[in-house]
Amino acid sequence: MITVEHLAKRYGDFAAVNDLSFEIEDGHVYGFLGPNGAGKSTTMNIMTGCLSATEGHVRIDGYDIFEEPERAKKLMGYLPEQPPLYMNETPMEYLKFVGEAKGVKGRELDRQIESVISQTRLENVKNRLISNLSKGYRQRVGIAQALLGNPGVIILDEPTVGLDPIQIIEIRDLIKQLGQEHTVILSSHILSEVQTICEKVLIIDKGKLVAFDEPENLEKLLMASNAVSFIAEAEIDEINEVMEEMEAAVDWQMEKQENGSVRVDIKIESGEVSDVCRHIFFAFAQREKALLELTSKKANLEDVFLELTESGMDTVAADKNGKVNKLDIKPTENNDAEWMERQVDDK
Amino acid sequence: MTAVLKHELRNYFHSLTAYVFGAFLLAFVGIGAMLYNIQAAVSNFEFVLSFGCLVFVVIVPILTMRVIAEERKQRTDQLLHALPITTTQVIIGKYLALLAVYLIPMCLICLYPLIFSQYGDVYLLTSYGSILAFFIMGAALIALGVFISSLTDNQGFAAGIGIAVILLNYYSVSLSEYVSSTAEGSAVVLCVLILILGAVIRHLTKNSIFTYIVCIALTAAVVITYVVDAAKFEGLLPGIMAKLSLFERFYGFVNGNFDLTSIVYYITVAIFSLFLSVQSMEKRRYN
Repeated sequence: MITVEHLAKRYGDFAAVNDLSFEIEDGHVYGFLGPNGAGKSTTMNIMTGCLSATEGHVRIDGYDIFEEPERAKKLMGYLPEQPPLYMNETPMEYLKFVGEAKGVKGRELDRQIESVISQTRLENVKNRLISNLSKGYRQRVGIAQALLGNPGVIILDEPTVGLDPIQIIEIRDLIKQLGQEHTVILSSHILSEVQTICEKVLIIDKGKLVAFDEPENLEKLLMASNAVSFIAEAEIDEINEVMEEMEAAVDWQMEKQENGSVRVDIKIESGEVSDVCRHIFFAFAQREKALLELTSKKANLEDVFLELTESGMDTVAADKNGKVNKLDIKPTENNDAEWMERQVDDK
Repeated sequence: MTAVLKHELRNYFHSLTAYVFGAFLLAFVGIGAMLYNIQAAVSNFEFVLSFGCLVFVVIVPILTMRVIAEERKQRTDQLLHALPITTTQVIIGKYLALLAVYLIPMCLICLYPLIFSQYGDVYLLTSYGSILAFFIMGAALIALGVFISSLTDNQGFAAGIGIAVILLNYYSVSLSEYVSSTAEGSAVVLCVLILILGAVIRHLTKNSIFTYIVCIALTAAVVITYVVDAAKFEGLLPGIMAKLSLFERFYGFVNGNFDLTSIVYYITVAIFSLFLSVQSMEKRRYN
């Protein structure tokens, strides 16, 4: 179990981490979520002993990382944001060094290296120079390194950043697998990633914990999106007619597309998203007008943050049990990155 | 510690570093032996070493430049911090690996006096005393190189500064003849040195108040001593420069005087440099 108490890290007047406290139970996959510069990496660096803290404590199974660093570090494997690899070595040599430094010796070391290599599927490249490996393989060597010494806790800082979609899927599968035997803590700024892998999510912003919850609850939060958009092959008058028939209170904007269809963005002020969609579908079907697209927009992480941090929730949105209180989420435009994310998740 | 030692050794022998270092050292000593012992037919091998120690100016920075700077650049220092080993163990492991790399050509150098003794009278005691002193002096310089490497994440910069520092040390005795030996001159230079020290302390601790206190206290001490007894500063600066020179002390061994204080001085320089390297690496964690 990891206990973080009143952790703070200040650089002059700037607080990278500010009075952060949470507890991590054994045997789950935890996600650290936050926008860039939220203090995720700093927190992880402090938890693993790579960085000192200005205030506060981190205890791993009761061992304080600052007072008994060697004991505490033995219980953790850490993969920093940039995998710390020696480019002029092969994965075998590298893992041997890390294993020895973790105090694993002889046959046990060989056995462990073999097991992490098969776990991270590095068999084919284990004797090639790390400098010649692709980014995905390097990431796996980094994860293999963290697994050596069989630590109870694996901490991964943005393990999928900079990988292509296939590699992302592979690494995510690997992390899920690891979660069966270890406590895994990973950080990410991609919400969908955390949603698919993690059992519990910590949201950090400006060095503070703003939410600590299960992803289902966060998902519900996000599903409560209140925007719908559609593209219809219809005249503007007709669309206005359809919109006015709507029972739910809505506010809409229209935009004529080049091919003659009209794109409509709807903001729902009261009422259910599903009701609005149903109404639009049947209304256009009745008029025998084609509906080319109908989507309810999902809010993205940035909006969650905007809401959590700007609407006077600086104090902490999560109450004592870690349940997030009311959230009001604004819709945003879909973008390519999100689309790609979704493709990956669908697979 | 053994893990770091093994890792570093493997690294040195995988790359060119160890071979370049050994080749340069042996080539220089070999040329010296040819000039002094064979062509000039002098039986003192120690003269070869006093000629050969100039090579340290180049080979020590080449050997030590990457030792910590590269870890920083590749961000592998994060791995070292996250592993259950202390920074002291890391530095000692790295230093021992460097010494091992240095020891191999030294073993070959040890054969020279034995070979020469087959053909004439060689003062073996002086020869081996000098070889030992040569090794310990090199070890001190290597420790200095490790410290310089720990200050930056740029290998080239570490090498440059290393060459400058060792070269300055090499010539410090010759230079000391040109520096002012008057009391005023020494006092002024001491004040400048205090300012430089202050800048280093400020850089390492990021604590202005502490820096000011140290600077003011030291300057006050210099000023008071100067006012009370200016004669104390007479010739102080050249004296200090000569005393600090690692190479000047080595010539004592060459002249057949096995001076234990010099050995202690070398070891002190080595330990102090390594201590500073540990602090410099630890400092990164405290920022």
